[in-house]
Amino acid sequence: MDAAAQKESSRTMSVFDLSITPLRELNSALHNISAGTNDMNFEVINPRGSHSVAVGIDAPVTVNVHGSVGYYCAGMNDGGTVTVHGSAGPGVAENMMSGIVVIEGDASQYAGATGRGGLLVIKGNAASRCGISMKGIDIVVHGNIGHMSAFMGQSGSLVVLGNAGDALGDSLYEAKLFVRGTVKSLGADCIEKEMRPEHIEHLAKLLEKAGITDVKPEEFKRYGSARKLYTFNIDNADAY
Amino acid sequence: MSYHNPYTPPRKSATFDDQTLAEIRRAAATGIYDIRGGGTKRKVPHFDDLLFLGASISRYPLEGYREKCDTSVVLGTRFAKKPIHLKTPITIAGMSFGALSGNAKEALGRGATISGTSTTTGDGGMTNEERGHSQTLVYQYLPSRYGMNPKDLRRADAIEVVVGQGAKPGGGGMLLGQKISDRVAEMRTLPKGIDQRSACRHPDWTGPDDLEIKINELREITDWEKPIYVKVGGARPYYDTALAVKSGADVVVLDGMQGGTAATQDVFIENVGMPILACIRPAVQALQDLGMHRKVQLIVSGGIRSGADVAKALALGADAVAIGTAALVALGDNDPRWEEEYQKLGTTAGAYDDWHEGKDPAGITTQDPELAKRLDPVAAGRRLANYIKVMTLEAQTIARACGKNHLHNLEPEDLCALTMEAAAMAQIPLAGTNWYPGKGGF
Ligand SMILES: Cc1cc2nc3c(=O)[nH]c(=O)nc-3n(C[C@H](O)[C@H](O)[C@H](O)COP(=O)(O)O)c2cc1C
Repeated sequence: MDAAAQKESSRTMSVFDLSITPLRELNSALHNISAGTNDMNFEVINPRGSHSVAVGIDAPVTVNVHGSVGYYCAGMNDGGTVTVHGSAGPGVAENMMSGIVVIEGDASQYAGATGRGGLLVIKGNAASRCGISMKGIDIVVHGNIGHMSAFMGQSGSLVVLGNAGDALGDSLYEAKLFVRGTVKSLGADCIEKEMRPEHIEHLAKLLEKAGITDVKPEEFKRYGSARKLYTFNIDNADAY
Repeated sequence: MSYHNPYTPPRKSATFDDQTLAEIRRAAATGIYDIRGGGTKRKVPHFDDLLFLGASISRYPLEGYREKCDTSVVLGTRFAKKPIHLKTPITIAGMSFGALSGNAKEALGRGATISGTSTTTGDGGMTNEERGHSQTLVYQYLPSRYGMNPKDLRRADAIEVVVGQGAKPGGGGMLLGQKISDRVAEMRTLPKGIDQRSACRHPDWTGPDDLEIKINELREITDWEKPIYVKVGGARPYYDTALAVKSGADVVVLDGMQGGTAATQDVFIENVGMPILACIRPAVQALQDLGMHRKVQLIVSGGIRSGADVAKALALGADAVAIGTAALVALGDNDPRWEEEYQKLGTTAGAYDDWHEGKDPAGITTQDPELAKRLDPVAAGRRLANYIKVMTLEAQTIARACGKNHLHNLEPEDLCALTMEAAAMAQIPLAGTNWYPGKGGF
């Protein structure tokens, strides 16, 4: 097989071995999907902790990463389905627009940071600042999350089947937080809120979307913004 | 014995001057610090404290109207596949839609496009009007990530990772509820009418090692096409420049303390950061030490007003400048024609800085549709283009007088300093001597 044919055959298989293929080729292939012509399934092997694996996806591709990844895997994903069969470094699925990202292992800091849509499922634990500055993304964590999670969360839902660390939801805006286990402490302006039927329903849908069947929405507590930081200082609102 | 005191005029304290007393009373009455727009109002050492020497027997000038003096600049030559080509080194700084009206943003785009230069988005995302009217648009990547999305990243011509701003190095942004219209709220994914705090730190990276990985991610997302700038406030220019270069920046944007802001605490604006005059030489030194001067371009800002300021910044080693406040003034900000209305707001033309309140009589720093209508984006864009043209011509005039056929050929040797402070900060000899503080020989 000549070099060109070899390249062609590896493309139809869409297997990228990052121990021999530069990351640029993978991301470039993911950005050059034209409807109907390409294989929409990508297998990535030997990621060996590479950063920026499968970033900037803008088509409904499926990517399976076999191994653990470094920073920003699936960053800004818009419509792709990315599964990491391993653990993810900091900032996985940061600023996701739409699509699904599943981490079979654990996720490091800032998972789903600033995400604007789509679903991020972390089957293990997530470290600190999970869902920081989230803007519409839904995040479901099977295990525990670290401190300062959902800091300044604006919109979207963070669902935690385990426990949450310190300062959950600090300076929260309108993101919805659901925690099944304990919360070590709440951040500024974050309070526990009543689980009304609409919240049970909302959470049930999220659990279903994440493929979780053995846990009931009634087992969770809901946290949200007290909205006291919404105006700079309410007592002096007319002074500035 | 009777003793009669002759009349002595009342004496006010230099320490407790009228402004200071008024601020103490204001603080006592409200219990909240003062927030305002604009830049430093106190006097700090600036480009005014430098002069050009011009040509003489040992240096000969270029003919003013005959011999060419090039003003073009290329930004992003280090890594980007598509560097930016500008006709003038005067760029428009990042100012957010939200802080500014849609019309004002459009006017900036129009003015920049006529002038062959770039304009920049801001904290709040990219609007279609702005993209449409700007031939070259730099897209800011800020800690808040308001409105950030990959489509806009790809339709930008360059990406500017904002670490800090000269008006508030280490501080985040603030957009008070009065200015949060439906559209602004939607772009920022926040409820209408509430105060919007922008984080001071990026949510998903911290130090220079992380920044390098972040920049790499942005390059991967945009297929290595776009120049990536890193903007820092004037705090530790030598190290910040060196670290930005290490992190893979194509362009470093350095904003001195005089730099404008849409809304920041007055105490921050007046007391944090260094004047741009003191920032340029250390930044250039860092680039030179790394062998990167002119390979990684340096854009400086903070109080740039005239072609003389531009020429001085370039002579100190910058590749380009950015203007914020001056561009707004060219559009019509603080114009005396609105004096009556400024008076009603308790201020006067030239002093109006309550930009965060959204009541701008000139219709620039507002989201009120009626006020915003006062600014005609076409006419205002034209004024901005005229102003940039004048500044470019002024800078050329000076460069020719110094015998330079490109603005980038201006050099520190073309300058002298008027004050010891300026001499020390810019490492330019005090006029009439060959010495500046810090240099041996005395
Ligand atoms: C109204 C206004 C809004 C601004 N908004 C931003 C912003 O969103 N992001 C940013 O990096 N800088 C912002 N700046 C700072 C400018 O980008 C620039 O650094 C500064 O204006 C330069 O100094 P000058 O105003 O003296 O020219 C803003 C400045 C002004 C005046």
